[in-house]
Amino acid sequence: MAMTLLEKPEIKKREKLSVIDCDIHNVDGYQSPATEVWVDYMPSAWKDYHLSIAGRRRSGSNCPRAVPFAARNDAFPPEGPPGSHLGFMQEQLLDTWEMDYGILNPLSPAGGQQNLEYGAAIAQAVNEWQIAEWLEKDERLRASLTVAYEDADLAVAEIERLGDHPGFVQLMFMARTMEPLGRRKYWKIYEAAVDYDLPIGIHFGGTGIGPITGAGKAAHYIQDHGGMPMAFQAQVTSYVYEGVFERFPDLKIVLIEGGFGWVAPLMWRMDNWYRKLKMEVPYLKRLPSEYIRDHFYLTTQPVEEPSDPAYFEQMLAHMDMDDKLMFATDYPHWDFDSPDQALSHVSDQDVKKQIMAENARELYDLD
Amino acid sequence: MTADFTGLGRPVIDCDIHNAFASLETLVPYLEDHWIAYIRESHFRGPGANDYPGGAPTSARKGTRPANGPPGSNLELTQKQVLDPWNVEVGILTCGYWVQSVHNEDLAASLATAINQWQIDHWLEKDARLRASLVVPSQNPLLAAREIERFGDHPGFVQVILPVRSYSLYGKSEYNPMYAAAVKHDLAIGIHFGGASSLPPTPVGWPSTYIEECADMAQIFQAQILSLISEGAFARFPELRVVLIESGFVWMPAWMWRMDKEWKGLRRDTPWVVRPPSDYVREHIRMTLQPMDAPINSKHLLQMIGQLDSDELLMFSTDYPHWHFDGPDDAIPKGLSDSLLEKILRENARAFYKL
Repeated sequence: MAMTLLEKPEIKKREKLSVIDCDIHNVDGYQSPATEVWVDYMPSAWKDYHLSIAGRRRSGSNCPRAVPFAARNDAFPPEGPPGSHLGFMQEQLLDTWEMDYGILNPLSPAGGQQNLEYGAAIAQAVNEWQIAEWLEKDERLRASLTVAYEDADLAVAEIERLGDHPGFVQLMFMARTMEPLGRRKYWKIYEAAVDYDLPIGIHFGGTGIGPITGAGKAAHYIQDHGGMPMAFQAQVTSYVYEGVFERFPDLKIVLIEGGFGWVAPLMWRMDNWYRKLKMEVPYLKRLPSEYIRDHFYLTTQPVEEPSDPAYFEQMLAHMDMDDKLMFATDYPHWDFDSPDQALSHVSDQDVKKQIMAENARELYDLD
Repeated sequence: MTADFTGLGRPVIDCDIHNAFASLETLVPYLEDHWIAYIRESHFRGPGANDYPGGAPTSARKGTRPANGPPGSNLELTQKQVLDPWNVEVGILTCGYWVQSVHNEDLAASLATAINQWQIDHWLEKDARLRASLVVPSQNPLLAAREIERFGDHPGFVQVILPVRSYSLYGKSEYNPMYAAAVKHDLAIGIHFGGASSLPPTPVGWPSTYIEECADMAQIFQAQILSLISEGAFARFPELRVVLIESGFVWMPAWMWRMDKEWKGLRRDTPWVVRPPSDYVREHIRMTLQPMDAPINSKHLLQMIGQLDSDELLMFSTDYPHWHFDGPDDAIPKGLSDSLLEKILRENARAFYKL
């Protein structure tokens, strides 16, 4: 169901800045076992299992995502699902917006498997597919290394297998996990991530241990999509209050597609509770907000749109993380943020430059 | 009187004063023989939510523990430490006894009835400044509705109190009987910090520490109001009034921006949501002041309050006997205009609770 490309948007010269897109999807969830884009790369020991049993779902049918593949209408390539066709993506995204680099975040089902070894096999397949069909074909691309993050040993094995590949710049986790990510079961992964100098990328989505809220099942897609910052906030509180950054001072976390308007209020809240309850977490040496500012990066999409544009710069000032925000489009999804409009409320051109490209260039060590 | 218990020198309406009791023995005069025997024989100690651990510094300001019983269990002390020094015109009792966590629903309902009668006898009839919150077994909305019918006309009760941690989101239609009764009796719905629903309190499982659970509690409030709006509770009950108690409020501006944006993209899924979510917040929802979650920079807090785009959303509270502030200086935001301060201290609560 290929569709005609929309007319190429004109990039205003005045605002033309380098762009690095920190959230491009070449894989999105389950399609069907035989047609997964990475199926040919499945380790042979698991291919029959994949084609016959495949994944079991923890939460059954979630809410339908508004549009097929949650994709822009104009993002359907000549073949395969949106985002999965390199040539089409290059033309529609990298070339059109003259991007310096794009970070591929495959939203595979690897991490959400009950059968942990099957999940690890999916991770291998996705990673090999990314090397062969993406990283080796366009030097503007970097990718997230998929790991079966619910089992530290399996995840570490994959990091040791491919962590030195120059195309992989971070690990890929999903926001909804079985336990809060600060807990001990994940620590071995962080040790390996620091050894290989790979940040932990945590992306919107996933299926966790229970309902998608702390108070039961939600009915509508807006509660799933709009509610995702709840999962991100829970991960931030867990990383900080568990003392993960005291144990792994070099660990970096990238929160992808979680928004960022909630960050300053959460810092304030966490600092206040810490002042009253520090006896419970004596291993912390600094205010929670200080750990957050040092260790977390955030991609911008979906950018919050305040009721008054002046609030946007207040929000940035409250966060004080201009050096940690990184632009992202979320291509090919429906809630795409375009490079020339997403940060129109940022008046300081230096800040804009940092967010549009330079922060990512530094974090991911790009030229 | 220690310096800890001085007020602002001007009258307030305090929307969060906790009243508690030492043990279920307090309720014996209000329980049927069957339940008294059941409780005594089984040594049942109550819901056991432990959302305010006894020794946690936040659970009780220094000096609030009476000789016999937990903080908040002695009216005279409450009068001496809050009602008198804070010049409380009206004090709203928020009994956080979560019968929702009693798995035997009949017992939960009987406990609720007993607690509500105890509130009338030992609090409402003893101090005319007090109003109270109805405890209801909301895990069974039909029983909750019955409890509201039982006491809903008593002028001392101004709201129904629910723990934010529920087994089922509060926007769901299963709660219709409870909301219908609340609206009929002109009672607000107070959603309060805490509870023990058996579900993990986050979308990613169980936190290790209490401090983490406290910080994460704000997200459950976010889930509840998103549910109330998108699952249609305000469409079904246009007169429904909801107070978020101990939710924190600084997260609300960014939450509204995000939800209004979401609504623009996804509103066809929920056609009964006819206005941006922030409109529903400003019409149907209020928040108590404590904990303020204030940043070091007081200008930032004022900006955040400005970002609410309304001077009607906040209602003063001390959250007695819990400890969030040390004295009047840090009990309210610094630098508010006098008219906004007056709204926060009294007028917003007076209007919303129809006092």
